[in-house]
Amino acid sequence: MSRIRDNYENSLWNRLVRWVNGDTDPFKGRMEMQPLREADLKGDSVYNPDRLDREKVEQYLNDLSKNKEMKAFRFLYCLGSVAFCLLLIAVLLLTVSHLPVLGDPNGPNNNEVSARYIEHGTEEFGAINMVTNMILSYRGFDTFGETCVLFIAATCVIVLLRRPEEEIESTKETDWQYEPKPDAILQRITRIVVPVIFLYGFYIILNGHLSPGGGFSGGATVGAGLILYVTTFGFHNTQRFFGEKTYDRVKVGALSLYSVTMIYYFYTGANALKNIFPLGTPGNILSSGMILPINIFVGLEVACTIYAFFAMFRRGGM
Amino acid sequence: MSFVQNFPCFSIVICMAAGILSTPMNGKNAKRTTLAVVSLVMVMSIAVFIYTLGTGTSFVYTMGKYPAPWGNEIRAGVLECFLATVFSMVMLFSLIGGMDHVFKDVKEEKINLYFILVDLLLSSLLAIIYTNDLFTGYVFVEINTIAACGMIMIRESGRSLVAAIRYMVMSSIGSGLILIGLAMLYDITGHLLMRPVREALSNLAQTGEYMMPILVIISVITVGLAIKSGLYPFHSWMPDAYGYSTISSSSILSGLVSKSYIFLLIKIFYRVFGSDLLLKSKIVNVLFVFGLIGMIMGSVGAIMARDIYRMIAYSSIAQIGYIYMGIGLGTEAGMIAAVFHILSHAATKSLLFLSAKGLTDASGRRRQYLYLRGAAFRNPLAGAAFLVGSLSMVGIPMLSGFISKLLFATAALEGSPRKVFYTLIVLAVSTVLNAVYYLHTVIHIYTPKEIPEECRGIHIRMTPGVALAMICLILMNFILGLMSQPITDLIQLGIEMFV
Repeated sequence: MSRIRDNYENSLWNRLVRWVNGDTDPFKGRMEMQPLREADLKGDSVYNPDRLDREKVEQYLNDLSKNKEMKAFRFLYCLGSVAFCLLLIAVLLLTVSHLPVLGDPNGPNNNEVSARYIEHGTEEFGAINMVTNMILSYRGFDTFGETCVLFIAATCVIVLLRRPEEEIESTKETDWQYEPKPDAILQRITRIVVPVIFLYGFYIILNGHLSPGGGFSGGATVGAGLILYVTTFGFHNTQRFFGEKTYDRVKVGALSLYSVTMIYYFYTGANALKNIFPLGTPGNILSSGMILPINIFVGLEVACTIYAFFAMFRRGGM
Repeated sequence: MSFVQNFPCFSIVICMAAGILSTPMNGKNAKRTTLAVVSLVMVMSIAVFIYTLGTGTSFVYTMGKYPAPWGNEIRAGVLECFLATVFSMVMLFSLIGGMDHVFKDVKEEKINLYFILVDLLLSSLLAIIYTNDLFTGYVFVEINTIAACGMIMIRESGRSLVAAIRYMVMSSIGSGLILIGLAMLYDITGHLLMRPVREALSNLAQTGEYMMPILVIISVITVGLAIKSGLYPFHSWMPDAYGYSTISSSSILSGLVSKSYIFLLIKIFYRVFGSDLLLKSKIVNVLFVFGLIGMIMGSVGAIMARDIYRMIAYSSIAQIGYIYMGIGLGTEAGMIAAVFHILSHAATKSLLFLSAKGLTDASGRRRQYLYLRGAAFRNPLAGAAFLVGSLSMVGIPMLSGFISKLLFATAALEGSPRKVFYTLIVLAVSTVLNAVYYLHTVIHIYTPKEIPEECRGIHIRMTPGVALAMICLILMNFILGLMSQPITDLIQLGIEMFV
């Protein structure tokens, strides 16, 4: 190619035509192209992509100290984001100072809603623990949604991290394969502690309607016990009683029973039908209608989710 | 109480139960369950829609034994049921149209997980549409976000993982802002259900108490939902998220997920804050300005894009700008136009994504314009579908996009005189830009000459499912375009029911 004629290649029309045609050569018409001279065809000056040291080039490109504009931009960017965050914090703190005082008996959030939860909660749903009573009955739909948030979070972690069993078994040199660690003190103490943790977790779940606690906190305790067991005795020992199949069964069983309970409760509640949940005597372990079974379902789901998070990050499988 | 009134609650819980029960299934059964559930939800939504149209009023359904200020509630009016119907239809067609690709893109042992995500996404969409409770709205916004994130990353290619991380970060900021706003709102009103909050707020507005927190609450909730729906300065996650996920995910995300947040915002505007507080807070003007900027910048991004998916994704940014511009007009006509554009964009964008997939398949899975030449001849139905979608987005009469542009223009003329000028100018410029990039692509795919060597000899035969999905979406576009009067009447009726 020779010199550009009448600058046609660079004209607006020609550029439009090229863009419509999807011509992707960005140099055409903007850069003068000359054939290689004889001398260039020999020796090192000819461009040879195979000879290029890619790592060196990338390092050079990513080296910020050589790129002053980039450095300045990064600096301004950091400065701007810090300033923006400080501004946001200031605005929010200012707003908080305008909000009503916490615990003020005449405050706007001390109204007929909380009064009913406190005064009539026990007679309407039968649980002595007001918080459990409120989240599982009056606002049961929200809590069902929250449990599904846990379920879907576990599903997303499984999507990201689960590997097929053969792949896990065939990879060597991963540290979890050296478990169980031959650590006598740890194993002895775990043998003593884990049953107590499980017992305490189930106690929190089953007493959710009577004392502080409930499905979420009890489930987290049981999950922590499972994690302690698996770090001490290894995955193969845990799989004997809690493998992938058990996990699926427990989780699906708990959640589907939970959804059946909820849909029955919504249906009877909205249609002003009488539901079959016996309220019992408040204070007894077998009381409070549907709150006790829901606590159990939530507890199982939470325990499974906590253990699944650990197992997925540690091993990529149950 | 009529039995039909149970259907909104049933459809939400059935979707969740289907997701839960899909855990132990294999991919094929999970697919069947999901398709059955989505169709069932569609039928139930149509039934509720006909019921509300018959009674002419909305109804409140208490989720449990105790009503408004104590227990959860959902609420179904004409607009909610109509949106639920259209959303479940678009979801069904997107799933059917992209089903082959789901089975190709996702690892075999993880296909059932994809359908779990889809089920829970649908349940959260329905709950966001029907909710009458701010905190329920927040919980299901969370489910929606996590499910959408999973649907992006399930392809497990490098770029889709990066896109999912970006989406997660942006969305979490949005959720956090919404939660801060709701917490403060609870603090000054003492309620979470929409109607009592509205009453408390109007009392506060009369006494003039807590005006500064109210202003912050309105802006924080609006900005949070705007980030999640991808309004202009918060759009950076969209091109990657839509461009590199499997095609059903792209069309569901762009068509439905971002729209559900906008609908929640409209609902909060009407049913919680009320027009007086909104006009006092001037937040609509902010949305108006950013909507206008988004209309231009999205189109510019689409013109600069060199591959077809990114072009469609940038076009989504421009269309979200249109919707916010309609909300920002601050009049009822503007709101009607915005809701109509939600519907029209949901129908068109999913059609465009599906047909673009057909075209790139006909070019050996290459997505750059250079390779798409003559693709419409290699895959005629996808070409025709892309043509219809493009013409609709540009705004050719008989198609849905024309009606929404017409509604926006007339709404602007009725609105405040200061906004008329800017709206009309930007609408015109944006339409020209739309035409530039959509027709550019259409010209490419209908250019038979100079077919690149790599694409010679490819001829795609559509599977019946994909063909059915595309034809149904084309028909939806025509129905929205030709029967616009009854549909706008419906939307007006629904918005009047909000108050």
